[in-house]
Amino acid sequence: MTTRIVELRRGILKKNDELAAALRTSYTAAGVLVLNLVSSPGTGKTAFLERTLKELKSRGLRVAALVGDLETDNDARRLASSGAPVRQINTHGICHLDAEMIGRHLDGWEGVTLDRLDFLFIENVGNLVCPSSYDLGEKIRVALLSVTEGEDKPLKYPTLFNSADAAVITKMDIAGPCEFNRELAIKNINEIRPGIRIFETSAKTGAGMEEWLGYLTAEQSGLS
Amino acid sequence: MHELSIVTSIVETVTETLNSYPGTRVLEVRLRVGVLASVIPESLEFCYGIASEGTPLEGSRLVVNVLPVVMHCTSCGEDVELQGVQSFRCPKCGEPCSDMRQGRELEIDSIEIEDGEVKA
Repeated sequence: MTTRIVELRRGILKKNDELAAALRTSYTAAGVLVLNLVSSPGTGKTAFLERTLKELKSRGLRVAALVGDLETDNDARRLASSGAPVRQINTHGICHLDAEMIGRHLDGWEGVTLDRLDFLFIENVGNLVCPSSYDLGEKIRVALLSVTEGEDKPLKYPTLFNSADAAVITKMDIAGPCEFNRELAIKNINEIRPGIRIFETSAKTGAGMEEWLGYLTAEQSGLS
Repeated sequence: MHELSIVTSIVETVTETLNSYPGTRVLEVRLRVGVLASVIPESLEFCYGIASEGTPLEGSRLVVNVLPVVMHCTSCGEDVELQGVQSFRCPKCGEPCSDMRQGRELEIDSIEIEDGEVKA
């Protein structure tokens, strides 16, 4: 009996990473800016996305959204009121979206092809842990945090905030009653992800949306 | 929270690898897991027992080597190890760092196998 070591050095999520890389190539070829929106449940991803879709659409830009939830198509129906094509992904218990699910839902999406889009938004399952491990091929990962959640959320979930390319603070219209300390929240986000772009928004009043939309359109123009 | 699916993927990968090493038994599977990989080593070990049952990996050990975050500090011009994940600043000069060199790994490093009967 002899024992020996076999070196593998293989990524455990290699399959997802390969699929995500292929998706990224197809997004780039189509000239579509893809964003992955991640937050806890209840942060207001859907309201924020609904407003974003409407505003971009009113500017003549071509937008679509994939929305992930464990069950129900409530969010897809809500987002569809923006007039943009929306497709629901039900994960049936899985706590995150993965590249395979994205590819499967892009295929055969009636009326939607990537090369006819300027923006594709992916609203992930509400979860601040698992989605950080799964690359969906997105160009920009957006971490959202609402004023009701506590300024230390980035410190509690550093993995997700550190992997984000942009941060959005939602529900700024109720920051006062929530005694939200914006300086502290911004400081905490910067501690975890130095130099990240931070947007302070309210989907209800529209505050901060102009800056956000300006960022999106600039990033989209930068693709070509 | 997705440790079971990760462990299942480990079992599949190692089982596949064993096809190239017929007649062997797995003693140990060694992982490299960055502290920012979003997985908890204890949960991995717990799920491993369940996921490896009835497979060629049954009874083997899962060894998780946890890797700290290493950032490249542009001010110091060198790679620095962070003591925690509450502040992404260089521990030497205090400057914020955004260039990560290690910390998100989630990979199978190696396996230790035992040969069965030695064939002449």
